[in-house]
Amino acid sequence: MELSKNPQLLSNIATNERHGENSPYFDGWKAYEENPYHPIKNKDGVIQMGLSENQICFDLIEEWIKKNPKASICTSEGVDEFKNIAIFQDYHGLPEFRQALASFMGRVRGGRVRFDPDRIVMSGGATGANELIMFCLADPGDAFLVPSPYYPAFDRDMGWRTGVQILPVDCDSSNGFLITKAALEAAYEKAIEDNNKIKGLLLANPSNPLGTLLDRETLTSLVSFVNEKNIHLVCDEIYSATVFKSPSFTSISEIIEEMGSEICNRDLIHIVYSLSKDMGLPGFRVGIVYSYNDAVVSCGRKMSSFGLVSSQTQHLLASMLLDEEFVGNFLEESSRRLAKRHEMFMKGLEQAGITCLKSNAGLFVWMDLRWLLKEQTEEAEIVLWRVIINEVKLNVSPGSSFHCTEPGWFRVCFANMDYHTVEVALKRLHAFARQEKLAISSTRYLRNHKLQLSFSFERYDKSCVHVRTLFHRTRCPLTPQYFLDISVPMVRAASRT
Amino acid sequence: MLSRKASCDSHEQDSSYFLGWQEYEKNPYHEVQNPNGIIQMGLAENQLSFDLLESWLASNTDALGLKRNGRSVFRELALFQDYHGFPAFKNELVEFMAKLRGYKVAFDPNKLVLMAGSTSANEILMFCLAEPGEAFLLPTPYYPGFDRDLKWRTGVEIVPIHCSSSNDFRITACALEEAYQRAQKLNLKVKGVLVTNPSNPLGSTLNRDELNHLIDFAIKKEVHIISDEIYSGTVFDSPSFISITEAVMEKHVDHESDLLGRIHIVYSLSKDLGLPGFRVGMIYSNNETVVAAATKMSSFGLVSSQTQFLLSNMLSDKKFTSKYIKENQRRLKKRKDMLVSGLRSAGIGCAKSNAGLFCWVDMRYLLRSDTFEAEKELWKRILFEVGLNISPGSSCHCSEPGWFRVCFANMSQEILKVAIRRIEAFAESLSSASGRENLSHQRSARNSRRSLSKWVFPISSYNDHEPADR
Repeated sequence: MELSKNPQLLSNIATNERHGENSPYFDGWKAYEENPYHPIKNKDGVIQMGLSENQICFDLIEEWIKKNPKASICTSEGVDEFKNIAIFQDYHGLPEFRQALASFMGRVRGGRVRFDPDRIVMSGGATGANELIMFCLADPGDAFLVPSPYYPAFDRDMGWRTGVQILPVDCDSSNGFLITKAALEAAYEKAIEDNNKIKGLLLANPSNPLGTLLDRETLTSLVSFVNEKNIHLVCDEIYSATVFKSPSFTSISEIIEEMGSEICNRDLIHIVYSLSKDMGLPGFRVGIVYSYNDAVVSCGRKMSSFGLVSSQTQHLLASMLLDEEFVGNFLEESSRRLAKRHEMFMKGLEQAGITCLKSNAGLFVWMDLRWLLKEQTEEAEIVLWRVIINEVKLNVSPGSSFHCTEPGWFRVCFANMDYHTVEVALKRLHAFARQEKLAISSTRYLRNHKLQLSFSFERYDKSCVHVRTLFHRTRCPLTPQYFLDISVPMVRAASRT
Repeated sequence: MLSRKASCDSHEQDSSYFLGWQEYEKNPYHEVQNPNGIIQMGLAENQLSFDLLESWLASNTDALGLKRNGRSVFRELALFQDYHGFPAFKNELVEFMAKLRGYKVAFDPNKLVLMAGSTSANEILMFCLAEPGEAFLLPTPYYPGFDRDLKWRTGVEIVPIHCSSSNDFRITACALEEAYQRAQKLNLKVKGVLVTNPSNPLGSTLNRDELNHLIDFAIKKEVHIISDEIYSGTVFDSPSFISITEAVMEKHVDHESDLLGRIHIVYSLSKDLGLPGFRVGMIYSNNETVVAAATKMSSFGLVSSQTQFLLSNMLSDKKFTSKYIKENQRRLKKRKDMLVSGLRSAGIGCAKSNAGLFCWVDMRYLLRSDTFEAEKELWKRILFEVGLNISPGSSCHCSEPGWFRVCFANMSQEILKVAIRRIEAFAESLSSASGRENLSHQRSARNSRRSLSKWVFPISSYNDHEPADR
């Protein structure tokens, strides 16, 4: 449909790029969608490792649903409730749903803190929750500080329709990507100098993409920081139940209970939560804003009209999450399985000689491939990334899409596939890493001996394979088969001396 | 400390529309536990046909257990968060929409975007079509929630198109132009017109003239038309529903005008199927950029996959949907006739209506004076003394005091009868209490009743002895 010749037919928001979906982050997804891996039908397809989903515990939930037909309004046991649920559109949400969520959130934090169901505001997933809290706290043009690397879609969720700016606070590997008060202060001062109005700080804890937790000391210092500056603190805790080994998770809610209201102004503290990661239910769109600020709860509740949780879903999950025995078992088993999957994955990477940032939470690892970069630049990172997608056939997420200022890091997801697929992915990574190491050492050897590499198709017999490394990419293409059967490349070296 | 949006009251939830709800919630009617409580007649919900939905559920076990052909689809649903929506669901929806329009128009599922309720759909269209400070024209009276949905977070302004009872509140070319000029004087750039068809609160469908005026206006001014058609399945009487798409097709609009790219329809299952809790809303647009932008924006409020699955199953049963639509419309007509008849016997008239879940009731003659203060007084009396929560016309931005929207489909027949009895008693008490002093008032009331025939739709099929509806 041809658009009108009137250039202002649509809004800026509709036509600008702030939704961020044209970023390279999504190119990998497209490559996957065009050629998805299947263990039988498409063994050479792209394995999706860019999707942070938790597919490890569906059996537990399915079993519960089978045993509890009353929880569904569609079964003969539960259909009595159909009418009441179908007409329920009260933006307060079903009372039992809020109670169930409050109880679940408390259990996830080991019962160390209690949540008030009346402070729970529903939203359309964490996506909706992050946008909603921005609408409540900031005006167009205001800014939020966000430590990098951070989840790419924060740019869209927090800023697209709200007009809020994200100012990254850069963290790097020199200290394990830790957030320090000093770094925050510096970022804050610079932002003020640049005439930005800072309304708050947003943290993801556990971190996406790092998979690490903020410790008690750091959280306390961050709370002091926001109190000093009188700005808001939004804690996105959507991965809180994906912590699979020590140290245990400390929620911001625990910190402010400990600090007391004389030291911490509770009106500044807000939590974003969701069931998409902890329970693996992204399709059900359950997002929550939990605020200690009454005005935010009140306003947020009215805004939630724009993205309420389906009453059918509220009803089902209320029953499920109020089943204390189920919740206890689920949290324990989920944690155990994630630990096992993580361990298996890390072992595989270790065997491949690939290291990652040490992590104990999340559905992914933060993989260090800096050694593979031709040069320490974002461009080189993107070149590497395209090789991994197109040749290794793994969709992983480049650090630059997370606004990481240090090139060479990649987020790799491990919980969105079955065991066998993880094995295949590890094999491919293993092969790739080995090949690259070989190529690097060959090149160094040749350089040291002032030799020059050249490739010529006619010189190889058919049993040989052509080498394509990052150092000589413009030459001959490699077939995917290469990465499954390793053979030593044959090169012709000509002495240049 | 908070944003301006959080601190202001553009959400309009302090208006009487919402205050009435609050009073109802404090003191809700119950036939046994609270027979003197307030009856909710301010809620445009369709509760007449749940039995049909429930019996469908009872005979369709696959959808019950989240199964497709006996195989569990739970995992697939749990993970499904694609903002393009369930393809099967969108196919069924466009088919359903076409059916409601007598198959006079066809819809393409690729132009349909799903989101959480028409509340979200309307807001998304504002975000896509207008900048903060720009305006949309809306004919009055209009649904009070538009003040929140269209304006609050978007910063878009609403400029009313004044419609009056002198011509049944129809939209005229003159009124459109007048509103446009008023917007210009206020330095507001008009981006389009939003109409609700069938109308809330009038309960009537737009006629061909009105639709043609809209189309001419949109072509001349190069603006958008948003047609909120969420009540399209509640048309229970003639004249039949004419969708904006049909009107544009019939007018053989010149393609040079690009008008089709500026027509957008909002739909929902909250009214036609009576499922507001499930949050199923949608935008239909021929404009690719709007579809693309709205699809991305729907991320902020997607429809639960569980719900998409259930409803795609239900809508795929064509026999069921045909039966449902017909029976639902029959029950709505019967209920509306009952209310109109009851009001008439109380000496109160309504605007002619052929759709919706409410009547637009004329109580102008009951006002102490022809003012909105008097309307508010009357509204409060009806709320607190009569115990009925109805919606005053001022909350719908009506330009004439004395009109009220009264809902009839959100309660059982028994409760409606109680409500009618209370209205009759109230009207009775007004005429006896008025005495000598207000004789002239009564005279004009009688005159109004004589002219009721102009307003009240002839009741031919209502039968006192029919079995009670749900």
